[in-house]
Amino acid sequence: MLRRTLLLGLGRGPLGRGLGTHRGGSILDRDGKMSEIKKKIRSILPGGDWNPLYDTSYLPPESSDVVIVGGGVLGLSVAYWLKKLEKPRGAIRVLVVERDHTYSRASTVLSVGGIRQQFSVPENVQLSIFSIDFLRNINEYLAVADDPPLDIQFNPSGYLLLASEKGAAIMENNVKVQRQEGAKVCLMSPEQLRNKFPWINTEGVALASYGMEHEGWFDPWCLLQGLRRKVQSMGVLFCRGEVTRFVSSSNLMKTASGEEVNLKRIHEVHVKIDQSLEYQPVECAIVINAAGAWSGQVAELAGIGKGPPGTLQGTKLPVELRKRYVYLWHCPQGPGLETPFVIDPSGTYFRREGLGHNYLGGCSPTEEEEPDPGNLEVDHDFFQDRVWPPLAQRVPAFETLKVRSAWAGYYDYNTFDQNGVVGPHPLVINMYFATGFSGHGLQQAPAVGRAVAEMVLEGHFQTINLSSFLFSRFYSGEKVQEHNII
Amino acid sequence: MAAPKAVSDRISMSPQIEACSAVSAFRVSVNTQEARSKRQQKASPTKARDGIADTHPLGVGKDRTLQAQRLLSHPPQSLHLVAPVWNGGTRGISGLSRVVAPKGNQKKGRSLLQFLADRFYDVEALRDHLLRKRVSKVHQKNRPFNHINQRYGPYVAGAYFILKQGGAVRFQGREWSRPNQRGHFSLDFLKLQAVPVEAVDASGCAINYQGLDSLLALKELQSLWLQRCPHVDDWCLSRLHPLASSLQELSLAGCPRVSERGLACLHHLWNLRRLDISDLPAVSSPGLTRILVEEMLPSCEVLGADWAQDLKLGPEEQPRDTAGPTPA
Repeated sequence: MLRRTLLLGLGRGPLGRGLGTHRGGSILDRDGKMSEIKKKIRSILPGGDWNPLYDTSYLPPESSDVVIVGGGVLGLSVAYWLKKLEKPRGAIRVLVVERDHTYSRASTVLSVGGIRQQFSVPENVQLSIFSIDFLRNINEYLAVADDPPLDIQFNPSGYLLLASEKGAAIMENNVKVQRQEGAKVCLMSPEQLRNKFPWINTEGVALASYGMEHEGWFDPWCLLQGLRRKVQSMGVLFCRGEVTRFVSSSNLMKTASGEEVNLKRIHEVHVKIDQSLEYQPVECAIVINAAGAWSGQVAELAGIGKGPPGTLQGTKLPVELRKRYVYLWHCPQGPGLETPFVIDPSGTYFRREGLGHNYLGGCSPTEEEEPDPGNLEVDHDFFQDRVWPPLAQRVPAFETLKVRSAWAGYYDYNTFDQNGVVGPHPLVINMYFATGFSGHGLQQAPAVGRAVAEMVLEGHFQTINLSSFLFSRFYSGEKVQEHNII
Repeated sequence: MAAPKAVSDRISMSPQIEACSAVSAFRVSVNTQEARSKRQQKASPTKARDGIADTHPLGVGKDRTLQAQRLLSHPPQSLHLVAPVWNGGTRGISGLSRVVAPKGNQKKGRSLLQFLADRFYDVEALRDHLLRKRVSKVHQKNRPFNHINQRYGPYVAGAYFILKQGGAVRFQGREWSRPNQRGHFSLDFLKLQAVPVEAVDASGCAINYQGLDSLLALKELQSLWLQRCPHVDDWCLSRLHPLASSLQELSLAGCPRVSERGLACLHHLWNLRRLDISDLPAVSSPGLTRILVEEMLPSCEVLGADWAQDLKLGPEEQPRDTAGPTPA
């Protein structure tokens, strides 16, 4: 009887179901079967995930110390610095949840890629200075063994900001602040401007500020891929899914002055898998909201802003989607190799792209003309009406140009003061923000990532003090206004 | 792993790569350590070996020419690669070519180290340590000589820096001073505290972004030769603008990291009369770049690639022997 059961169990007879005839595959499909056999062996051997029933490798882990919502440059930067600054090595499990692995609507890859230190808020200048240092030494920071070094194609051509009579005094103040922080910016009069860049029409320009070093533009896709590669090698887990729910608990507590506050703590993040109804609850200790233009929606899921207006519970995260257009045109008589990133007093900007007299540029629409952010369709009339006239007036060579292509991208626009939100929420105590940079998130990402990681690991900012960028300013009304938003 | 020798140079690359592909296919099936699970979660590999392992199954006896053709027609995917050092014989920095362009390492010794490093943490740590030592050597060479600067002034400090790196210096009204074969140089320039430095020949030296601090203090520098410097890149070029009022001659021939993006910020140097931008492997279209640079610097004579070069085939070019200073 024992022998018979053994024979039945092994089943190598004509009716037996060995590996080769599993699922009725034909014997001619040798390569497919070989890879399946290898996959099965790999899952059985120690080190692989052994799941005999079905493959769950697409699901996120059941628990993770930090969950980062959003896998763009800010999210990956926070993941990188968390892994770099953690003690001891390998102590923290980080999970990055990104719902679009092609990054088709992410602000990072649709960005023009500029980086400058010419801001009016000192913290912004410090953030940019650290970020440019990071980009210069990117192969020391993001080196992965056996992989080729990164080339972010940085063009050190500088930014040229033009100011009219009204803005000249503000520009001088700004340059003073920038120089104090260590940026290398020089002020130019209209004659000096004409000498240096003969293609500019200086009518209406009273003053110009030109960044000599550490300013220019680079390839954001390369930075993103470099961060992704490094962060994966450091052991950060990635998941392709969307955050649909936060499960949190509340604690009614009293402040020192006797006031009652309701402190919430997120315990679980429900991650819904793409194109499926399946979701995985991930237990977490800390959630980082780096969802870019969609951060407002993620914050609402956590219950931020659900309360009577005018109170701290009722203060929403004021980050919205705003659509911006970028146009690429060709102008054979246009400015040459020395063209910096020029920003007109009217808000129009352009920069050189490549060696073939192609230029990228655009303009920020006013509040009334904000386009509908429901899709990423480009409005070419906007170029004709709002972008081309100021351009042609500033650079006469641009009167004859031909638009080659255009695209649209989202700003994670902070409607309160157009500057970033960094740090924990006062009531939902384990949600940290790294969002709302309204168009300059890419250039400040490395520094912001480090600041958020310091906040998470140490509890306070160590290198750059971003306490003026905390969430509580939306409730107390202290605006950190930046005068140079493009 | 023994592979028979092949006939020509190009095809002889493939035995090593075959060996690597055999090794990597083996590695994929045997990789059992739990701590290595992070490598399995890596994004699609950008290594040359793994790309080839997919198309060449284990089989050393395959048609060699076919493999070589496949290699050449389907180059391995990579992120934006830094251009490899074309002149491997740069002074004292042969080991650093690996730091600059690891893709160029197809030597047998290197793949053995790679093989071992993938399996043993000790070897991986050793390899990382060696790499870091090489990088720190370059940093050490580019340290600022603050004590000399305070005591003797910026000109002497700059001259000392260049001579220590192996370059040559010419003070105003004097002859070139350069170190001898063994790197020793006489210190009698220490008394020239008020004499400005007029010309610097830093060809082949390991000057990088930090090291330029010492050079930028030389306010009356007229001629700067940075030929074949392996660490001079676009960032360094953007730093040259303080020398704009005096610099008349600049040579960047053969620097492997300089590209047209760095050349775009040379327009600050309005006094420049001679610019040499020949043999820059990282420049994508040398002829067009030369034309654009000539337009950007109208009063400067630009020595560069022939405008018709892009129409010719063949990237191999002999190093341009620009006239260096005659030894004193």
